[in-house]
Amino acid sequence: MAMAIRVFLLLLIFLSSAIVSFSLYEDQVGLMDWHQRYIGKVKHAVFHTQKTGRKRVIVSTEENVVASLDLRLGEIFWRHVLGTKDAIDGVDIALGKYVITLSSEGTTLRAWNLPDGQMVWETSLHSAQHSKSLLSVPTNLKVDKDYPIIVFGGGYLHAVSAIDGEVLWKKDFTEEGFEIQRVLQPPGSSIIYVLGFLNSSEAVVYQIDSKSGEVVAQKSMVFPGGFSGEISSVSNDKVVVLDSTRSILVTIGFLDGDISFQKTQISDIVEDSGKAEILSPLLSNMLAVKVNKRTIFVRVGGEGKLEVVDSLSDEIAMSDSLPVADDQEAFASVHHEGSKIHLMVKLVNDLDTVLLRESIQMDQHRGRVHKVFINNYIRTDRTNGFRALIVMEDHSLLLLQQGAIVWSREEGLASVTDVTTVELPVAKDGVSVAKVEHTLLEWLKGHMLKLKGSLLLASPEEVVAIQELRLKSSGKNKLTRDHNGFRKLILALTRAGKLFALHTGDGRIVWSMLLNSPSKSEACERPNGINLYQWQVPHHHAMDKNPSVLVVGRCGSDSSAPGVLSFVDVYTGKELSSSDIGHSVVQVMPLPFTDSTEQRLHLIADTDGHVHLYPKTSEALSIFQREFQNVYWYTVGADDGIIRGHAMKSSCSGETADEYCFSTRELWTVVFPSESEKIISTLTRKPNEVVHTQAKVNTDQDLLYKYVSKNLLFVATVSPKGAGEIGSVTPEESSLVVYLIDTITGRILHRLSHQGCQGPVHAVFSENWVVYHYFNLRAHKYEVTVVEIYDQSRAENKNVWKLILGKHNLTAPITSYSRPEVLTKSQSYFFAQSVKTIAVTSTTKGITSKQLLIGTIGDQILALDKRFVDPRRTLNPSQAEKEEGIIPLTDSLPIIPQSYVTHSLKVEGLRGIVAAPTKLESTTHVFAYGVDLFYTRLAPSKTYDSLTDDFSYALLLITIVALVAAIYITWVLSEKKELSEKWR
Amino acid sequence: MTKFTLLLFFSCLYLSSFFFFSFSVAFQSDELLLDDEEFGLEGANPRSPEPVLTASPVSSSPTPTIRKRYSDPDLDSKIQFTLEHAFGDSDFSSAGTFSARLKTWSHGGQTLTKLRFSRNEFSDEEKDAFKNLLKEDDFYRIRLPSNVISPPGREYVIASVRARCLPRDGLDEHIVIHMDGANILAVSYGSPGACQYPRQLNLPRKWSFNSHTILKSSEQAPRTPIFTEEILGSSENVEGEAEVLVEKSFWAKYWMYLIPLGLIVMNAVTQATNMAEEQPAGSQGQAPAAIQRGSAAPRRR
Repeated sequence: MAMAIRVFLLLLIFLSSAIVSFSLYEDQVGLMDWHQRYIGKVKHAVFHTQKTGRKRVIVSTEENVVASLDLRLGEIFWRHVLGTKDAIDGVDIALGKYVITLSSEGTTLRAWNLPDGQMVWETSLHSAQHSKSLLSVPTNLKVDKDYPIIVFGGGYLHAVSAIDGEVLWKKDFTEEGFEIQRVLQPPGSSIIYVLGFLNSSEAVVYQIDSKSGEVVAQKSMVFPGGFSGEISSVSNDKVVVLDSTRSILVTIGFLDGDISFQKTQISDIVEDSGKAEILSPLLSNMLAVKVNKRTIFVRVGGEGKLEVVDSLSDEIAMSDSLPVADDQEAFASVHHEGSKIHLMVKLVNDLDTVLLRESIQMDQHRGRVHKVFINNYIRTDRTNGFRALIVMEDHSLLLLQQGAIVWSREEGLASVTDVTTVELPVAKDGVSVAKVEHTLLEWLKGHMLKLKGSLLLASPEEVVAIQELRLKSSGKNKLTRDHNGFRKLILALTRAGKLFALHTGDGRIVWSMLLNSPSKSEACERPNGINLYQWQVPHHHAMDKNPSVLVVGRCGSDSSAPGVLSFVDVYTGKELSSSDIGHSVVQVMPLPFTDSTEQRLHLIADTDGHVHLYPKTSEALSIFQREFQNVYWYTVGADDGIIRGHAMKSSCSGETADEYCFSTRELWTVVFPSESEKIISTLTRKPNEVVHTQAKVNTDQDLLYKYVSKNLLFVATVSPKGAGEIGSVTPEESSLVVYLIDTITGRILHRLSHQGCQGPVHAVFSENWVVYHYFNLRAHKYEVTVVEIYDQSRAENKNVWKLILGKHNLTAPITSYSRPEVLTKSQSYFFAQSVKTIAVTSTTKGITSKQLLIGTIGDQILALDKRFVDPRRTLNPSQAEKEEGIIPLTDSLPIIPQSYVTHSLKVEGLRGIVAAPTKLESTTHVFAYGVDLFYTRLAPSKTYDSLTDDFSYALLLITIVALVAAIYITWVLSEKKELSEKWR
Repeated sequence: MTKFTLLLFFSCLYLSSFFFFSFSVAFQSDELLLDDEEFGLEGANPRSPEPVLTASPVSSSPTPTIRKRYSDPDLDSKIQFTLEHAFGDSDFSSAGTFSARLKTWSHGGQTLTKLRFSRNEFSDEEKDAFKNLLKEDDFYRIRLPSNVISPPGREYVIASVRARCLPRDGLDEHIVIHMDGANILAVSYGSPGACQYPRQLNLPRKWSFNSHTILKSSEQAPRTPIFTEEILGSSENVEGEAEVLVEKSFWAKYWMYLIPLGLIVMNAVTQATNMAEEQPAGSQGQAPAAIQRGSAAPRRR
């Protein structure tokens, strides 16, 4: 036992002392990594109608991306990911060559060059308050060779030059509490009409000179009922708004600066009354209103008279209207019917004239159509053709033209919320999976090519051939399990509630599935996905079953909303079952128990402090009852700064006798003083992490036992003042305190305060160590601190004799109720970069040394050896320590450009990194998600347990053959010689 | 309960004579503490039953009063807060009293010093309740106010332990109070040593508590060392070492060449000697060859 430990320790030391530098050669890029670029759910789309831009569409998305897409193929020409706080409010095209975006609540205006996406200018606009923002690019307004862009945001109206972004004039509306709703500009005049509401009960129209920004005239009129805020502009001098009771439509005409109201009761024009809602599409002289789930088209007459033109009961999505030939305007509407969608383009003036009617087969797992954008083009026969860009419920973007889907983009993958990895099915005998790719001759040819390549004899064409061979090498894209565990499925749950299965080989979507609500009730039509858990991983029993995952969803964004569970078969992507669980979901806790069919037991805590056991079977219940006494859980109240520990108490006592529901009681609390500490980060170890060695050998042959407990919680708090942005407080005002808390007893095992430091804290917790990243205000630098925690109570077990004679306590069960004797070691280093997220590599057995995967502010992933964050580093390590691999202490951590695992790529909007082990001990899967997706395989200590992909088997074979031949020849020769000797 | 402690608090503040009395008491128990310095911090001697504490205010000695006069009564004040306990899911009731001095520092911070703890004996009902807990392997829970100046503060700080972990000879308890100024962040409660699992049912021989208390405040992280000159120095050292390495002995540097060379030389020498032997024996060389031939011949057959 001890010997085995020693051997493994020696092996570990040997492995860790090997100098590791992870880097790729240029021709290895793309061999085992892939990168996918996305933009997110499209909010606005602007088609460009002039010559060069005709093939493009400009979109802005909910992931704060502005992008130019190829209309023919759906590829990204260019894109820019703005920061997470820089939400795009509006996008438009100015001067026919600039894309104008307004972002950050109307405070940042940028112009991008349309062909290549270069930023032309950027203007920060003054803002005094939060308000809705408005971007208006008048098409034919010209002021002294300049084309102003009218922007409202933060209480100010700005006119900005489209040419260089200079602010031409600025009008202050902050004092009045005036909120601008529409900016209208009658053609051929230099007067701008600005319509807004004052305290949402008074309509005010300003006439502003577009040259100077001076108010020419101002009219206001009080509307007694008050407005609801929903507005639709129907023409150049009329808007229609809803009053605050949502039962009256008010037409506001402001022709020549005179305001007139015209009220129309909705009940007068439609039979069924109810709360009305103005739909967003802008149609000329018409508006769409939704009453009682019916969509009603209301035409606005010349006198402001309203008349109902059409009324549809289907749920439809509509586009804005767009001018077609002969002063006509057309708009598109899409509705569902079975598995098909129907796209219709109608004239606004005459709803019976249908210009285009198409029906297209649509994948059920895309859900309903959310948005439609329409664009017209001239067909080859000189008639009007239409293409429609539609955004589906799963956030995917599709282009429809001529009754077919021209291209589609799975934009749901830009908002991944949770990721897990699962195994592929084992290759069956019947299926010829292990088919050798070609005949033996081709195999040999390929290897000869590789051999040439490695001996630098290959011609350029042959190099290309080698590269191709490598890329499609050895069936890395097969849908079966491989020996090394390199092929896996990455399951990604998106914000839209869609589950995607991606293949690690090339990143293609193997299957995708949109979550459904089982009840189909109105309140919960489409649940939001929250988390993903491994539900059933058959490996011992139930081998015939497919593995399945549990998707926990929620009806609505509120945490008290009822939850939905969905069980999905991993191999087929079919939903096995789903259920409305009838209680809220606050926390899901996978238990370390499985039943006879290898279903994992899960506890789900609700807002009332009850926990519910799943699966709801009697077997699960009996397993749980056995361990009832030993189940503990904790809750972190980030708002009130209290961490509470709970234990099971009894079955729920309520009107409904539910034997799978349990009440709990409070065992411990940790109360952070609200005036000095605020929880900003909590973290636990991954429950499925494997720790190979429990002990660490020092250079002086001393043993340190790791404190490896699954019940440790890392908590970081900052002083409430310091919770804001970096630099908003002085070093004296801010401090950062980190804790390691045992979650069974609530014991604080380690507590360290960093004076003059500030969050955000990004941390990673693995084995017995935590590494966290924060900002040091005194040094004006980011810092990384490592804390390692060791168990002193087992420190006496160093003696080999004790181990041999069994006089040790290594096998005694560890209980949290014993007083822990722990030793913590920590060390801090400066780190030059700001960090978005940190993860750590994980391998099957945990033998391979670890690397920290640091998602940097530049959206790249840096692999940093754990040896750099070792608290035993000293300034001048002794010879023995050097041999062990301890690096001399430096004040900052090195950033080696070769250790970026993303090499030249960027994972835009990086949000998370997931590492999962392969079957090969040396290798680990790394998957990073944000707006983009990136996958690669890493070998933190190099692939010591396998040959590389381009290992030349041919060379080996030839060598062996040559050797055998040589042996034979020399043997024959020697025989001959011997014979001749004998005959002499 | 709160009123009582508040009253005490105020009396401590304003009635200086009482104040000194209490300090004299404090001093006495401080002396006692010295032989129980197990944890190096202010802990109570639990075996001295608390009647001593309640009885002792009568006795007053002048010397400590004089000593205490130097301390500013505005900055240091005596406070008390109670420890409450619960058996399983029962309500909390008073179990003991902590008393300490609240020291106000010039920079505004406050710390507790000289913490003392007096534990109430279990009443008969409490003993029964505790026996029940032992039988059912249930939780014994304690709680403290989260703020010692204005108890209970925002919330109580709760800790609990399986009751079977406590009994040894008597009832051993170990309380670690994590403080931040005048706030109690958390309290760790349990037996001072290990708690074996599976937990055995043992009844305590004595129903008296043997308490150890520790106050803990947060450690300051060491500042990240900044060394530029040291690095330069060390790099020079490294260079120096490298030079030393260069001056390794000839053998140490070139052994890998020397050994094969030596082997070759030795080989050559032995061959040379063999040759020298063979040449004189060349004429007689037939005999061994014949023997060889003879020995080889049967093999061929």
